[in-house]
Amino acid sequence: MGMIKKAILALEDGLILEGVHFGFEGESYGEVVFNTSLSGYQEILTDPSYAGQIVTMTNPHIGNYGINQADAESRRPWVEGFVVRELSPVVSNWRSEEDLDQYLKRNKIIGIQEVDTRKLVKHLRDFGAKKGVISSVDLDSKSLVEKAKASPSIVGIDLVKKVTCAAFYDFNETLMPEFTWPDEVVKTDKKYSVVCVDCGIKLNILRKLVQHGFRVHVVPATTTAEEILKLKPDGVFYSNGPGDPEPVTYVWQGMQKLLGKVPVFGICLGHQMLGLALGGKTFKLKFGHRGGNHPVKDLKTGLFEITSQNHGFCVDAGSLPGNEARVSHLNLNDQTVEGLRHEKFPVFSVQYHPENSPGPHDSDYLFKRFYQMIDRGVW
Amino acid sequence: MPKRKDIKKILIIGSGPIIIGQACEFDYSGTQACKALREEGYEVVLVNSNPATIMTDPNVANRTYIEPITADVLEKIIQIERPDACLPTMGGQTGLNQAVEAYERGIFTKYGVEMIGVKYEAIKKAEDRSAFHNAMQKIGLDLPRSECARSVEDALEIAKTLGFPVIVRPSFTLGGSGSGICYNEDDLKRVARLGLEYSMVKEVLIEESVIGWKEFELEVMRDCKDNFVVICSIENFDPMGIHTGDSITVAPAQTLTDKEYQRMRDAARKIISEIGVETGGSNIQFAVHPETGRLVVIEMNPRVSRSSALASKATGFPIAKFAAKLAVGLTLDEIPNDITKYTPAGFEPSIDYCVVKIPRFAFEKFEGVNDTLGTQMKSVGETMALGRTFKEAFQKGMRGLEIKRMGFGCDGRDDVFGLKLESRETLVQFIEGAPRDEALRRKILERIKIPRADRIFYIKYAFYAGYSAKDIFDATKVDIWFLEQLRQIIDLEKELLLLGNKPDVDSESFRQILKQAKRYGFSDFQIGFCFGKKDLEIRKLRKSKNIESVYKLVDTCAAEFKAFTPYFYSTYEDEDETIPSAKRKVMILGGGPNRIGQGIEFDYCCVQAAIALRGLGYETIMVNSNPETVSTDYDTSDKLFFEPVTLEDILNIADREKPCGVIVQLGGQTPLNLCKGLEENGLKILGTSTASIDFAEDRQKFRDLLERIGVHQPKSEIVFTPEEAIVMAKKVGYPVLIRPSYVLGGRAMEIVYDEEQLRKYIVTAVEASDKNAVLIDKFLEDAIEIDVDLIGDGETYVVGGILEHIEEAGVHSGDAAMALPPFSLSKEKIDELVEKTKKIAAELKVVGLMNVQYAIQHGQIYCLEVNPRASRTVPFVSKAIGVPLAKLAAQVMVGKTLRTLGFSNEVIPPYFSIKESVFPFVKFPGVDIILSPEMKSTGEVMGIDEDFGLAYYKAQVAAYSEIPMSGKIFLSVMESDKAKMLPIAKKLIKQGYQLITTQGTGAYLAEHGIESERVKKISEGEPNITDRIRAKEVALVINTPTGKGPMQDEAKIRSLAVSFNVPCVTTINAARAVVQAIDSFREKGLSVKPLQAYLKSVGAKAKFSCMM
Repeated sequence: MGMIKKAILALEDGLILEGVHFGFEGESYGEVVFNTSLSGYQEILTDPSYAGQIVTMTNPHIGNYGINQADAESRRPWVEGFVVRELSPVVSNWRSEEDLDQYLKRNKIIGIQEVDTRKLVKHLRDFGAKKGVISSVDLDSKSLVEKAKASPSIVGIDLVKKVTCAAFYDFNETLMPEFTWPDEVVKTDKKYSVVCVDCGIKLNILRKLVQHGFRVHVVPATTTAEEILKLKPDGVFYSNGPGDPEPVTYVWQGMQKLLGKVPVFGICLGHQMLGLALGGKTFKLKFGHRGGNHPVKDLKTGLFEITSQNHGFCVDAGSLPGNEARVSHLNLNDQTVEGLRHEKFPVFSVQYHPENSPGPHDSDYLFKRFYQMIDRGVW
Repeated sequence: MPKRKDIKKILIIGSGPIIIGQACEFDYSGTQACKALREEGYEVVLVNSNPATIMTDPNVANRTYIEPITADVLEKIIQIERPDACLPTMGGQTGLNQAVEAYERGIFTKYGVEMIGVKYEAIKKAEDRSAFHNAMQKIGLDLPRSECARSVEDALEIAKTLGFPVIVRPSFTLGGSGSGICYNEDDLKRVARLGLEYSMVKEVLIEESVIGWKEFELEVMRDCKDNFVVICSIENFDPMGIHTGDSITVAPAQTLTDKEYQRMRDAARKIISEIGVETGGSNIQFAVHPETGRLVVIEMNPRVSRSSALASKATGFPIAKFAAKLAVGLTLDEIPNDITKYTPAGFEPSIDYCVVKIPRFAFEKFEGVNDTLGTQMKSVGETMALGRTFKEAFQKGMRGLEIKRMGFGCDGRDDVFGLKLESRETLVQFIEGAPRDEALRRKILERIKIPRADRIFYIKYAFYAGYSAKDIFDATKVDIWFLEQLRQIIDLEKELLLLGNKPDVDSESFRQILKQAKRYGFSDFQIGFCFGKKDLEIRKLRKSKNIESVYKLVDTCAAEFKAFTPYFYSTYEDEDETIPSAKRKVMILGGGPNRIGQGIEFDYCCVQAAIALRGLGYETIMVNSNPETVSTDYDTSDKLFFEPVTLEDILNIADREKPCGVIVQLGGQTPLNLCKGLEENGLKILGTSTASIDFAEDRQKFRDLLERIGVHQPKSEIVFTPEEAIVMAKKVGYPVLIRPSYVLGGRAMEIVYDEEQLRKYIVTAVEASDKNAVLIDKFLEDAIEIDVDLIGDGETYVVGGILEHIEEAGVHSGDAAMALPPFSLSKEKIDELVEKTKKIAAELKVVGLMNVQYAIQHGQIYCLEVNPRASRTVPFVSKAIGVPLAKLAAQVMVGKTLRTLGFSNEVIPPYFSIKESVFPFVKFPGVDIILSPEMKSTGEVMGIDEDFGLAYYKAQVAAYSEIPMSGKIFLSVMESDKAKMLPIAKKLIKQGYQLITTQGTGAYLAEHGIESERVKKISEGEPNITDRIRAKEVALVINTPTGKGPMQDEAKIRSLAVSFNVPCVTTINAARAVVQAIDSFREKGLSVKPLQAYLKSVGAKAKFSCMM
C-alpha cells in the first residue's frame, strides 16, 4: 500500500482518531469543528475566521478539484489543521493550479485523512466543539490528549489581532466575470465610500462591496472610531473574523461610538460586535454553524434563504436591551439570532455570509440593503 | 402559508405500466403523494392502469381507478368524481402528457379542475423545445446551439450550419424515445424521420453536439412563496451523449468547485422561476465542457422524475411527499424534516457519503438489438449503493446489480473478448501479459470508445493493459477523477493478488490490507478470489480480526443534527450507529434492481409484508438496493438497510440485528437463490422450508413428487451439455422446450422444432443455467396455459386466482395476457386445477405463496412449473379478488393461520380482470416482437370490466396498443393458423374493416370467399407493406410468425409497425380477443368504475363463493 505515514487527532476529552497523514508534517492545536459544505474546501481553508481551529469536512471526498488562486478568500490558509475522510488521489478541474496536499505542505498546514469523520462529527455534535491536537510526529495518544487539554481555549482569546491587516489599503478587485452574480449590471458610479474594519475579512465581501457600487477602504481592526470618522466614510462595514467577539473590546466599543453617526453593516463577527455594541451578550454555541445549507428566515419578507455559515458564537436574543434593537433574521434550524437591525440608527447585521464563497447566493440582497441604507436611508 | 381550503378533492395521475424510462419510481412518488395529501385531509382520486403498484392498493387513495390513462378516461373519471384539482406531476411523462391533452381538450376547464403543482403553460415551456430554448435565452443562460425542424429537409439544412455530429431530440416524448446522435446525413435522415413520428407535436430539435462533456443534474424544489432549495447534485460518470438513465451517476457532484457549483445552482433557480414551476420538484440537467468550463443547460423536467426518486433515496429527503404538500399551498419552512423532526424541510441536504447508481440492462433478451448506448434510454432498471467513498459505493453497486458480478471484477467472471479469467492464476497471467500484447491493447482501446453496458469492465481491462487514466479519458471522456478512483481499486486488487495463495494471514500488514480492501468495497468473494479461498472463509477470517461492517445513518444533514429515521448503509469504519432493539425482528429481502422478469411486482409483495408484520408488532428490517421502489422508502419498514442483496451483505446485517427470521419468498428469484446460504449460516427462513424450495427447483425430485400425487407433466429430460441435449431431445420428441434452471424470466428459454434449431439455442441455455441443469421438455402445441396462485399456511391452502392465458402455451407467463377468472374453462377443469394445486402445496407444505403453471392440451392437465414463492401475478390477483395475498403470506409465515386471518375460501369475482404485458420494442428498433418462452415485457396493465371484451379492450388501451375502430387491417398468418384465422377475418369484414394481405394469406381468404387488398412482401420489391405502414395506412397488424428472428421479412414488418405505433397482434387467440373487444366496445362503450366499487361486489359474494 505504499508509504503510509500515520497521524493522530486527539481531543481534550480523550477521543482518539487514527488516520493517515497528508499536507505538512508536524503538530498543531486548535478547536476542532466541522463544516457540512459539500464544496468549497479552498474557501474554507482560506477564511480567516477559521484561525485557531482544526476543521473537519463532512463530505468524504476532498481535494477533487484541486486549488486555484482565484478562489482563495485571503492570502493564505488559516486553519490549524484539516481533517478529511479521503484526500483525492488526483485533481480534476479545468481551473486547478495545484493539488491540495501540495498546497497544505507549502502553507504548513497539517492534514489527516482516512478518519471516521462522521464519528467525529457526531461526537462534536453531542459533546460540543473540543480542543484538539493533530500530530504526525507524536503518535502517543495519551500524550496527545494531555497536549490537547493543555492547549489554550478559544474562549476569551482575541484572535482578531492575528488575522487583521497591518495597514490601511484600498480594494478595487471585482468578481470574476464568469462567476458574477446576480448578473445585473455592476454599479460603476462608485458614489459611496465604505470603510471596512478588517477583523479577518474575506475577499469576497470586498468584491461584493465593489460590485454593489462602493469605494472600498480596508482598515485594521485596531483602527479607532475617531480615525474611521476622519476618513469621512458613507458607511462602515464590520467584517467576519475568528473566535470569541467579547474580548475584542476595541472593535465593539469603537463601533458603539459610530452608531447613529454613520450607517453600519456587519457580517458574522461584525454582527456579534453589533450585538455587543448594542448592549447585548454573546454566547458560545455548542458546536457552531458551519456549512452552506442553513435556512434563515428574513422576518421582514417572511422568505427563507439558504445561507453560508461559519460561526461558533452567537448573539443572545434575550440579552438585547431596550426597544430599538431588533432581531431581523432567525435560523430555522435552531431559532438562534441570524440578523439584527436598529429601529432608529441606520445599522444592521447578519450572522451568516451573504458574500457566500463558499455557499449559495441567496442573500445578495443584503448588500443592496446596505447601499439603500446609505443612499435612501431605508434599511 | 397554510394549505389551501378551497380544494377538497384531488385527482392524481399515475404513470401506467413499467416501461423503459418509467419504472417503479412513480409508484414511489405517487404513493407518497397520496399519503401526503390524505394526511393533510384531502380526498384523493387516483388513476393508474398498473396493478403491480402499491399506490393502486385500495386503501392508498380514497378512490382508485385501475383504468387506461387517456384523456378520455380522465374525462369519465372527472365526470364521476368532480375533483377540484389535478396533480399531474407524480406520474412521470405519462401523467404530464395526459394532463396536457386533457387540458388542451378543455376537459379541465369544462369541469372546473385546476392543475396544481405545475400549470399548463409551464409544462409547455419546459417541454416544448423551442419555447424552452427561448426561455433560457431570455434569462441569459447558455445552451447548445440548436434549431427546431418540422421536416427531414429542415433538419438537414440546420445540420449544415451546426456541423456534424448533431443530436436529434423530439419534443414531448418519454425516456428520450426517438432521439439519437447523427454523424452524417444518412443518420440524420433516418433519426429525424423517426423523431418526427415519436414527437407528440411533430417537431424535433437539431442540436450542437455536447457529446463527451461532463454531465450534471440538480434536483430542486420551489414553493409558492418562491423559496428554493437544491435537494441533490448528481454528477454522471458517463459523459454527455449517454442518456442519464443509462449512465452510472454519482451524488453529490464531485468535480465542481464551489464557484462552479453555485453558478449551476443560480442557473437552476432562474430556470425553475422562468419556466414557472410554482410548487414542487424539478430536475434540471447541465453539461460542462471539461476544458473550458462552459456551462450549458440541457433540459428540465417540470415534475418528479426518476432522478428525484434517486435523489430522495440518496439524501433521505422525500421529494415527492413534500412536492405534494407544496402543491396544496404549504411552504418549505412549514413542513418539518421527517428525519431530523426539529428542523424544517426548507434546507439543502448535506451528505457525508457517496452514492452511486448503476443502470441494469437486458440486451441479452433481445436478439439483434443494438446495444450501443446513446441518447435514448435502454436500461430496464437500476441499483443504488451508498458508501463512505466512491470506491466503496461503486463496488457495492456492481455486486448489487445482480449480474453475477461480485464487485468491480476480480471475481472469476472477467471476460476479455471471450478470454475468461476464471481463476486467480489466469487473472494474474492476464495482468502480466496484457501490457505487452499490443494488438490486444489496441483492441481494448477501440472497445472502450463505444459506450456499451459492459464498457465499465473494459475500462478495467484497459488499466490492466497498461493504459493511463489520461489515455482512457481520451477514449471515453469519463472524468479523470472517476478513472483514478477505479485505478485505486485496481491497484489494491493487484496488491491482493500479489500476496499469493498463501498470504501470512497473521501479520499486521495482512490485516491492514484486508481492512483496506473492505474499505474499498471489495466483497469477501473478491478477496477470496485473490487468495484462492471461499467467500465464507474470508468472512470468518476478517471477523476473527475484528474487521466487520458498521452501519451509518442517512440523515440529510451529515450528522449535524440528531436523526430519527432508521435508514442505514454499511461501511468499514469505527463507529456503528444501529441500535438493535430487543423486539422480535423479521428481515425482508427485496428483489434488487428491476430487470425483465423481476420488477415492481416483487417489491409490491415486500412492502405488503412489511406493512403486515409491523401491524403484528414485529420490527421489520428491509434490505434492498433499488432506489426506485416503495420498499426502499424509509418509512415502509422499521429499519431500512440500503444494501446489495447478496449473501455477504445480508449476513453482515444479521450479525448486527439478529432477526428471528428472514422472508425470502417475496422478493423474486434474488433472495430465493440465497436461502440455502442464509440457512447454512444460521438464519431462519420463514415460510415454506428451504428443503421444499429446493425440492421444487430440483427437477428430478420434483418429477418424482408429481408422479406420486398423480399430476401429469410433459415428458422431460435433464441435461448438462449440448451433446446430452441432442440425444435427449430425440428421446422426448420435437418440438421441445429448452429451459435452464435457476433462472428468472425465462432467460434463454426456447421452443425448438428440430435438431438444427436445438444446436443453435442449446449453447446459450447451458451458459445461462450457470452449471446447473437444463431441462428438455416436450412442448405442448395448441395448449391453453394457466397460472395458479396459491397461499398456504402449512395446513390450509387457498387458491388466490386462476389465470387463463389469452395466448396459447409457449408464451412466457410474464408476457402473456391473462384473464381472471378463466374465460374458456369448464367448472370441472377449474375444480381439477384447484385440487391439483392444493395437492402440490400440501406435498411441499407451502407456508406463504406458491405459483403453479399448467397447460391443458386435449383436455389433459399438465403441470409445467412450480414456484414456491410469490409470483409476478400476486399483486394483480390481489387486486382482482380484493384479498391482499402478500400481506396474508407474511402473516402466515410468522405463524398465523389462514382461518384466523379469515381467508379460507376462494373468491371468484363477478367481473373479468385482464392482465396485459407491455414491451420495450419501441426502444429496440429492428428487434422481433414475437412472444416466446423468453420473457421480454417490462411491465403490465390491468383492465377490469364485467364484460370480457371490454376488459380486454381496456387492457389493450392501457398497454398503449389501442384497438382501432375502423381502417385497414394487415393480415398475414402462418400456414397452420390459416383455418383458425378464417372466422376472425370474416368477423373483421363484418365489423367494417378492410383487409390487406400478402399473397399466401390473401389467396387462402379468396378461396373462402373473403376479399382483401393485396400488397407485396418486402422480398417482392417496392412498394410493399412497409410503405403502407409508413404511410400510416395500416390501423392494425395481425401477423402470426412462420419463423422468428430479426432477419425475417415478417419480423421487419412487425418491428416497423411498433416503431410507427401501429398495434400488432401476433397470436390467433389474441386476434380472437380483439374481435370480441371490438364488438363489446361498439355495443357498450367504455365506462369506468373505481376498484373500491368492484371489490365491494366481491366482498358481498366472497362469503359464499367457494370452489371446493
